[in-house]
Amino acid sequence: MTFILDYYNYWIVIFLMMAGFYTVISANNLVKKIVGLNIFQTSVFMLYISMGKVEGGTAPIVVEGVTQYSNPLPHVLILTAIVVGVATTAVGLSLVVRIKKAYGTVEENEFDNKDDAI
Amino acid sequence: MPEIIDLVLLAMLALTALRVIFLKDLFAVVMLFGIYSFLSALIFINLDAVDVAFTEAAVGAGISTVLMLGTLALTGRTEKRSKHSNVVPLLVVTVTGAALIYGTLDMPPFGDPDNPIHQHVAPRYIEESPKEVGLPNMVTSVLASYRGFDTLGETVVVFAAAIGVLSLLGVARREKNGSPESGLTQHKVLHVVAKLIIPLIILFALYVQFHGDFGPGGGFQAGVIAAAAFILYALVFGLPLAFAVVAPKFLQILASIGVLLYASVGLFSMYKGGQFLDYNTLAADPLAGQHYGIIIIELGVGITVFAVMLSIFYAFGSQAERSNIQ
Repeated sequence: MTFILDYYNYWIVIFLMMAGFYTVISANNLVKKIVGLNIFQTSVFMLYISMGKVEGGTAPIVVEGVTQYSNPLPHVLILTAIVVGVATTAVGLSLVVRIKKAYGTVEENEFDNKDDAI
Repeated sequence: MPEIIDLVLLAMLALTALRVIFLKDLFAVVMLFGIYSFLSALIFINLDAVDVAFTEAAVGAGISTVLMLGTLALTGRTEKRSKHSNVVPLLVVTVTGAALIYGTLDMPPFGDPDNPIHQHVAPRYIEESPKEVGLPNMVTSVLASYRGFDTLGETVVVFAAAIGVLSLLGVARREKNGSPESGLTQHKVLHVVAKLIIPLIILFALYVQFHGDFGPGGGFQAGVIAAAAFILYALVFGLPLAFAVVAPKFLQILASIGVLLYASVGLFSMYKGGQFLDYNTLAADPLAGQHYGIIIIELGVGITVFAVMLSIFYAFGSQAERSNIQ
């Protein structure tokens, strides 16, 4: 049981990573691909935050009488990564909107032979 | 007890991700993604990352979902079936996943205080940052002071993303003939509730902005929350009215003001004889200098993030509105 508890977080992270990866490579629709990319991204966040957790620790804000804090460094990295992530997602989504305008579709298999028409 | 919460929430997260793969209705996919973000925020709280949870709840569940819905309005809400088989992707994913799981067996066990990650720089920040920077929130100390240069870079990335979106989708303009009835005009309840909630959201954003040194929060979260208030206004009352409140042009200026404010703190500390972003030189007392520096750069971050998020929403929203008129 302790063996499972020791690695459970990492296994779920890998499952989520693979779910996102699978969505990115198998989905037909570009918006869904971006959702998959976001799932992948969140799983990486989860990996970092899981590594920063200390058993019996508390949030890294100084409180009197507490000596054990979780590691603040992964929190800093991930906090900014989330905001940068949404900004880049927005760029991706606006590319999807432009693709829809140029090609009339956002389905991957319908792009074939449409390059010549433009 | 926290272990059980962790087990249950992570299992729910995995189920949500699994459902996203097989759904063809993209509206449902985006809604599930919002749920996914909320669940991740809960897990972050359980793992002691309160600042991260805050950001994830505001950004992932709030702004991302709205932007994805805006895209769906333009691209259609169902995915077509693809002809090629899914065997190869499944095989790739299974092999990669198995290799990674084999790799985790070498990881140190979850939550052990003796893990390498907790041995080297982290104790230094945990013990010294309250004395050197004078803030109880270590995440803010590291983010705004020790790694201030890095955060400046991230603020610039956010700014650059706004330039990218605006150059791809075009700048939202105040249209003379835009109908002010484009919001949810029929829903009186929404109007009343929105008018009640919006001031509270803005007030909360200001609290998060200025209390971020002491509790969870800071410029990134505050900027997103403030943007959410105006996005709610635009959704309920329509874009033309929102443009009258905060003009798109004004937001572009605001976004650059935030970045410049941040960078000018760095230049000012050089002028005072220190290094770039060395807040100790800002005042006679180093601790007071740190405090001034952090408040100003957090304000810069908040202003930029607010302006960028809102102008990205404007760009998507005006695209959707234009295509509806045609």
